[in-house]
Amino acid sequence: MDIEYFLELFFSGLTRGSIYALIALGYTMVYGIIQLINFAHGEIYMIGAFVALIVAGVCTIYGLSGFAILILAAAIAIMYAAAYGYTLEKIAYRPLRGSPRLSPLISAIGMSIFLQNYVLLAQTPDYLPFPRLIPDFSFMDPVAHIIGSAELVILVTTLVTMVLLTLLIKKTRVGKAMRATQQDLSMARLVGVNVDRVISLTFVIGSVLAAIGGVLVASYIGQVNFYIGFLAGVKAFTAAVLGGIGSIPGAVLGGLIIGWSESFAAGYFSSDYEDILTFVLLVVILIVRPAGILGKVRKQKV
Amino acid sequence: MLKVQNIQTYYGNIQALKDVTIEVAEGEIVALIGANGAGKTTTLMSICGITPSRSGEVLLDGDPIHDLAPENIVKKGIVQVPEGRRIFPDMTVLENLEMGAFLRTNKRQIQQDLNYVMTLFPILEKRQSQLGGTLSGGEQQMLAISRALMARPRVLLLDEPSLGLAPLIIKQIFEIIRQINKENNTTIFLVEQNANQALKLADRGYVMENGRITLVDSAANLLSNADVRKAYLGI
Repeated sequence: MDIEYFLELFFSGLTRGSIYALIALGYTMVYGIIQLINFAHGEIYMIGAFVALIVAGVCTIYGLSGFAILILAAAIAIMYAAAYGYTLEKIAYRPLRGSPRLSPLISAIGMSIFLQNYVLLAQTPDYLPFPRLIPDFSFMDPVAHIIGSAELVILVTTLVTMVLLTLLIKKTRVGKAMRATQQDLSMARLVGVNVDRVISLTFVIGSVLAAIGGVLVASYIGQVNFYIGFLAGVKAFTAAVLGGIGSIPGAVLGGLIIGWSESFAAGYFSSDYEDILTFVLLVVILIVRPAGILGKVRKQKV
Repeated sequence: MLKVQNIQTYYGNIQALKDVTIEVAEGEIVALIGANGAGKTTTLMSICGITPSRSGEVLLDGDPIHDLAPENIVKKGIVQVPEGRRIFPDMTVLENLEMGAFLRTNKRQIQQDLNYVMTLFPILEKRQSQLGGTLSGGEQQMLAISRALMARPRVLLLDEPSLGLAPLIIKQIFEIIRQINKENNTTIFLVEQNANQALKLADRGYVMENGRITLVDSAANLLSNADVRKAYLGI
């Protein structure tokens, strides 16, 4: 077996996987708190990428370059996505709180279709080229055939993001409020947590992560389109279910497994098989462990 | 101090509380007894703002609180220990206690109260880094009461603190409730199916049937009331 080829696939899988993980975190955090699958989450990712594209376009006219644009584009994309996520929850899900579980789910699918078509009409149905914002680092030259500069930037960014997220959830007051709400929503209200605010915040955090993912992918793959949120959303959702929906480490693990399975399937068999392997894995795991790899079946003590 | 006046609470179209009026004076222990499904838990949830009443008033020191959000009711000092304990299962004992003090900011006072509940229930100190979900039922009840105390309640609402516990533990829990009432002058409103225990602890009692208050009297009188004895004390 060619070890270099293996490593190349390993790192490309790791890169894809960490992006899936970023998006999957949004699904899993929202599900953990209000048991809703936010089908419009993939669209937030797509909107993040589009905003970054627009900002990058404007910046290029003014002659900024490379990394500066990337940071600026990402910052503005994050703000936009956060605003979209916040508004989405407020208008599409909050009014349906307390209604049967199917209603917000249908609302989520509706928002997904609406946002796709909104971008389709407001922008274009075509694929748009996304500028290469991540420069090639010279210190990466010796290993460039195994792991590229863009991949390195993506890996470092997702790693830092996840560490920050973990600290937020474990150490801060809002993080504790989020965990309490996830574990027992009405008990959280009884100790004085403003649950509506926690839910809004969860959507905002999920959207920020999705936007980071969107910007990174767009500059890695090099093109965006109104439909990119759909497949990325489905894959990330699969990652969340695979890892155990509601579980944060599960979302990361699920994302990585899917990233690797795609990358190795494409590398050793054929790229026709990359999606198939992902969903075969999902089916197998759901048969063996219906709650997902790290999902918990909660037993109640009486 | 706490006054519930003619509240009507509904679940959808079903009326759970019909014209319920309850009064609890400062420093008093009041028990609400009744059968399963009588509306006892709903009464507490209406006071706390989780299932707000459709009409009627809840007053604390004369100020209406029935329109407040649950977190603001907690801020006013009304704190509930809910039925089934509702410990946050994946948080440690210490984190559960910290969640009780969620709305407070004075770190020194919080630390004082932590020490206080750990002297009330020394077992909690031993278990402090253990996950809440791994505690026994009795330990969870102690944690639930302690978590509520961490909010420095003026009125402590307890929903079935004896549910599912061994007799010896029940005795211990009720003694602690009495102690909390004495030491801190905390007003206590207690909901129980275990009428005998509850009435022995309380100063006064209310009897609830099908969402209505049917009887109000001193706890001693209720304990000797023939109807109460037959219906709730099994004598």
